[in-house]
Amino acid sequence: MAGAAVLGRLTWRIAEVVDIVDETPRVKTIAFDVPDWPGHRAGQHVDVRLTAEDGYQAQRSYSIASAAGGTRVELTVERLDDGEVSPYLTDELRPGDRIELRGPVGGYFVWEPSQGGPLLLVAGGSGVVPLMAMLRARDAAGSDAETRLLFSSRGWDDVIYRDELERLHGDGLRIVHTLTRSQPPGWTGYARRLDAHMLAEVGPSPTETPHVYACGPTPFVEAAARALVELGHEPHSVKTERFGPTGG
Amino acid sequence: MSFVSRGFRGRRRESEGDATRIPPGQYLTDDYPVLSAGPTPHTPLDRWDFSIVGELDEPRRWSWEEFRALPSEEVTVDIHCVTKWSKLDTVWQGVSVDTLLDGLDTAAEYVVQYSDGGYTTNLPLEDVTGGKAWVVFDYDGEPLEAEHGGPARMLVPHLYFWKSAKWVRGLRLTAADEPGFWEVNGYHNYGDPWQEQRYWGD
Repeated sequence: MAGAAVLGRLTWRIAEVVDIVDETPRVKTIAFDVPDWPGHRAGQHVDVRLTAEDGYQAQRSYSIASAAGGTRVELTVERLDDGEVSPYLTDELRPGDRIELRGPVGGYFVWEPSQGGPLLLVAGGSGVVPLMAMLRARDAAGSDAETRLLFSSRGWDDVIYRDELERLHGDGLRIVHTLTRSQPPGWTGYARRLDAHMLAEVGPSPTETPHVYACGPTPFVEAAARALVELGHEPHSVKTERFGPTGG
Repeated sequence: MSFVSRGFRGRRRESEGDATRIPPGQYLTDDYPVLSAGPTPHTPLDRWDFSIVGELDEPRRWSWEEFRALPSEEVTVDIHCVTKWSKLDTVWQGVSVDTLLDGLDTAAEYVVQYSDGGYTTNLPLEDVTGGKAWVVFDYDGEPLEAEHGGPARMLVPHLYFWKSAKWVRGLRLTAADEPGFWEVNGYHNYGDPWQEQRYWGD
């Protein structure tokens, strides 16, 4: 389905906002209805295009947060204070508004339930978005693939999808948080930046040859990927996606 | 323009620079974002070499020292990443691909850049000859950092930046076009930013 969807030219489609959810103080999920959406694989992204009244346009790429299903496509957007596009998406958009979007794009940083596990997902901040699409696809397919999510956030209130992750936990899925800047009273979990020791504890071990996906800011992904290779994971089994300080 | 995003004005940083130098759909950045598909390789220089292989009588190979002894030049170019950022007047030091291919007789019409970590990207041979491509080892006067492709990367600035392989170890000359890593994963086979050739079918 999705394979055939990218063979032709990816045309711009009109996407109408149907729902907006506050995830954290800086992050919102915007749900769009996209008529004729061809479907997508977990981990793929879309290009978003905004057009001003005088014809000026700006484009950015965003990972798809939702599992494939019908014409609904959800993007989870972190507001970058000096960004050009993300403050518009998080602050201006209202249900009924329309933007242009094309995709799905990308055939590498993807996981489908048929690939099975074990699966190790390593997320830094809003880098969780394409990994959440994988968890949702896993859940929708009723997959019991052995899966760990190691999720680094600044504080408990910055944990994107916190309630949904708590619901998904179980059935072969284990979610481990690390809170790097502040922790709620009584916090017994990790309270430091991700490191090799933490990755070894969360597992799975390299001998189980897990599919590994790491996504987050560049320094986070660099550190995670380096630690994973040091632990013995095959570099080819470690798929990464990074975003720099600008991203709009 | 028929479609308008209600309330969108845009920041228009392009107007601060030279708009004619920004391809369609791109925005200017002063930062230097990183995009890689896997872990950053760290090959020691004493185990690094650069090779020309494939459709030629005798493969060519340079050790790091031999490579650095080749004539190099400073190039100042604009670069454009398919993830939408463009960066103007970037300054590199490197060896022209013309120097590496000098005097070489080949029937090949295509070339595959190949890298540590397994990355590949393909091009018509004519896109890396005639002063259009370099193997660079300095960025902005400093040795190229590993996360930006060091010790050496390709620089093919007239195409989207995924056509400039990081951690490059050689060029394979081929008779037929052999789509590389991103080219088989949904991205355009040629990647001209001025034609906005981002994805398959563009």
